Amino acid sequence: MARKISIKQAVNEALDQEMARDPAVICMGEDIVGGTGAGGEADAWGGVLGVTKGLYAKYGDRLMDTPLSESAYIGAAIGAAACGMRPVAELMFIDFMGVCFDQIYNQAAKFRYMFGGKAETPVVIRAMVGAGFRAAAQHSQMLTPLFTHIPGLKVVCPSTPYDTKGLLIQSIRDNDPVIFCEHKALYGIEGEVPEASYTIPLSEANIVREGKHCSIVTYGLMVHRSLEAAATLAKEGIEVDIVDLRSLSPLDLDTVLDSVTKTGRLVCVDEASPRCNIATDISAQVAMQAFSALKAQIEMVTPPHTPVPFSPTLEDLYIPSAAQIAAAVRKTIKGGQA
Amino acid sequence: MTNPFPLSKDDLLKCYRTMRTIREFEERLHVDFSRGDIPGFVHLYAGEEAAATGIMKHLNSGDRIASTHRGHGHCISKGVDVVAMMKEIYGKKGGTGNGKGGSMHIADLSMGMMGANGILGAGAPLVCGAALAAKFRNKGEVAISFVGDGASNQGTFLESLNLAAVWNLPALFVVENNGYAESTARDYATAVDSYVDRAAGFGMPGITVDGTDFFAVYEAAGEIIQRAREGGGPSLLECKMVRFYGHFEGDAQTYRATGELDDIRANHDCLKKFGVQVTAAGVISAAELQAIDQQVLAVIEDAVQQAKAAPLPTLADLTTDVYISY
Repeated sequence: MARKISIKQAVNEALDQEMARDPAVICMGEDIVGGTGAGGEADAWGGVLGVTKGLYAKYGDRLMDTPLSESAYIGAAIGAAACGMRPVAELMFIDFMGVCFDQIYNQAAKFRYMFGGKAETPVVIRAMVGAGFRAAAQHSQMLTPLFTHIPGLKVVCPSTPYDTKGLLIQSIRDNDPVIFCEHKALYGIEGEVPEASYTIPLSEANIVREGKHCSIVTYGLMVHRSLEAAATLAKEGIEVDIVDLRSLSPLDLDTVLDSVTKTGRLVCVDEASPRCNIATDISAQVAMQAFSALKAQIEMVTPPHTPVPFSPTLEDLYIPSAAQIAAAVRKTIKGGQA
Repeated sequence: MTNPFPLSKDDLLKCYRTMRTIREFEERLHVDFSRGDIPGFVHLYAGEEAAATGIMKHLNSGDRIASTHRGHGHCISKGVDVVAMMKEIYGKKGGTGNGKGGSMHIADLSMGMMGANGILGAGAPLVCGAALAAKFRNKGEVAISFVGDGASNQGTFLESLNLAAVWNLPALFVVENNGYAESTARDYATAVDSYVDRAAGFGMPGITVDGTDFFAVYEAAGEIIQRAREGGGPSLLECKMVRFYGHFEGDAQTYRATGELDDIRANHDCLKKFGVQVTAAGVISAAELQAIDQQVLAVIEDAVQQAKAAPLPTLADLTTDVYISY
């Protein structure tokens, strides 16, 4: 499997293969065709960043541009899912969820419970997350914790092309509603991806680097920052375990606990705002379930509790850096027992 | 005497039975709620039966509807089992949601009933999706969103009108205009006088009918449903109607004018109107209607007794059915 593709291509390939496999899979979103009704090229954009480019030529009306009406079309995707379809709706930026959140958290997430287990809502809502694009406060957020808080939703946030393809295919086949978070700063990174279709369970974290001195638990872009930090730390003789959660709900806590039990130290790295986020959740779970394994206080690396700033200087300061992650690891070692 | 109505005598009797079942279901809930037998919020459909029944008479189980917080009438006329409904309202196992949903979340997807909804206007986007699925299935199915005059001002509803028109969906939007958004008058809260005008603003046909006249509703609904089945796209139907009870049970309705409720019951009762129409035409006798009334009372009494006797959910039920797999 020498072929390397980007995350952007991995998303496209997963959609392509699932649309080919199952006629119930349909896609809708703002500009996902990107030219409907205009005089030029039929799928001129293929998504605002070109992620769905080329699918319209193959699948025609199964890809639908929508009006700029997030409540209506996200709700329509959910309604269609409750009526036998497998819609993949693209909420261009996750920041837009504020205008359609009711359909996600009061409707899709609750149907199964409210209706006594008799509803299935196999919808996937894809959305770009994260900072680094100079896109400012309303197009840059990492809002994953708002979704993990809601019972009934699954939340996925991959960090590599391989994981992206396998997790997206699994998400489309999953019968629960899935919020699929694609980090916009990672679309271009390349990695080895098999051409054939495959799935990755939504319940398994991935150890992306093994080490005995400290565990870093993270996801998304922060996996890559953590790998940078690990390379620096390795030169100092500090070896870290890096757990890429991949799926935030369900959460593979066993893999986290195993890692912390092995290393005795934990740094949680989260691009989401610092209060009530994935890092605080992991910290609480580890403190409750593996306290005796800890040799040092738990550290968290997050942005400050501010909106995402626009100025490139400020945004770079906002996003957790490899240096901050390395410093947090050193603190657990220096501050803890030998 | 020949039957001047667009339905056979048998169908007329069925429709009367449906309307009477809704009425007695709601009247009984009114009594049982005031006794303290029923937990939570209950919103009654009494007075509005002709709308749900006249519309749903055109539907099959493959057609979908999404209802409102005031959903019992839509459920019953779409064929949801009254015993399962009553158990749900009592919070019991064996209810439509095994007691986890309650009055505002009664659903039966197997009957095409996509749920009452505690969020006003939230059903309209869902119905766009149901209609989209119907369009892909290409079997002539339709989907209908019910909203009150209050929720007709929700962004979800207005966005859905546009989406349904843009995608030419077999979707229908029924505004049940009972004059009140909770306690606030419709004419205060809605800027346009006519829902026909509002429909025109979204490029779709609109019709206003007397929602207390079963036959007016039946005829108008038939026209727009048939058009949607044939690929003619969405329409909006306004049913002007009356609400016999308050927004919720326990509402003292002090916002109503003096004598308003008495007038509604005396002069705008859709069941009375239906009875007069069919008996005056000599198609159905008063005795036949009374026989149905008695049968329905027994059905509702049985539903209440079954609900009271049904087991309560247990701790084991608390955490099930959140996910299909997790």
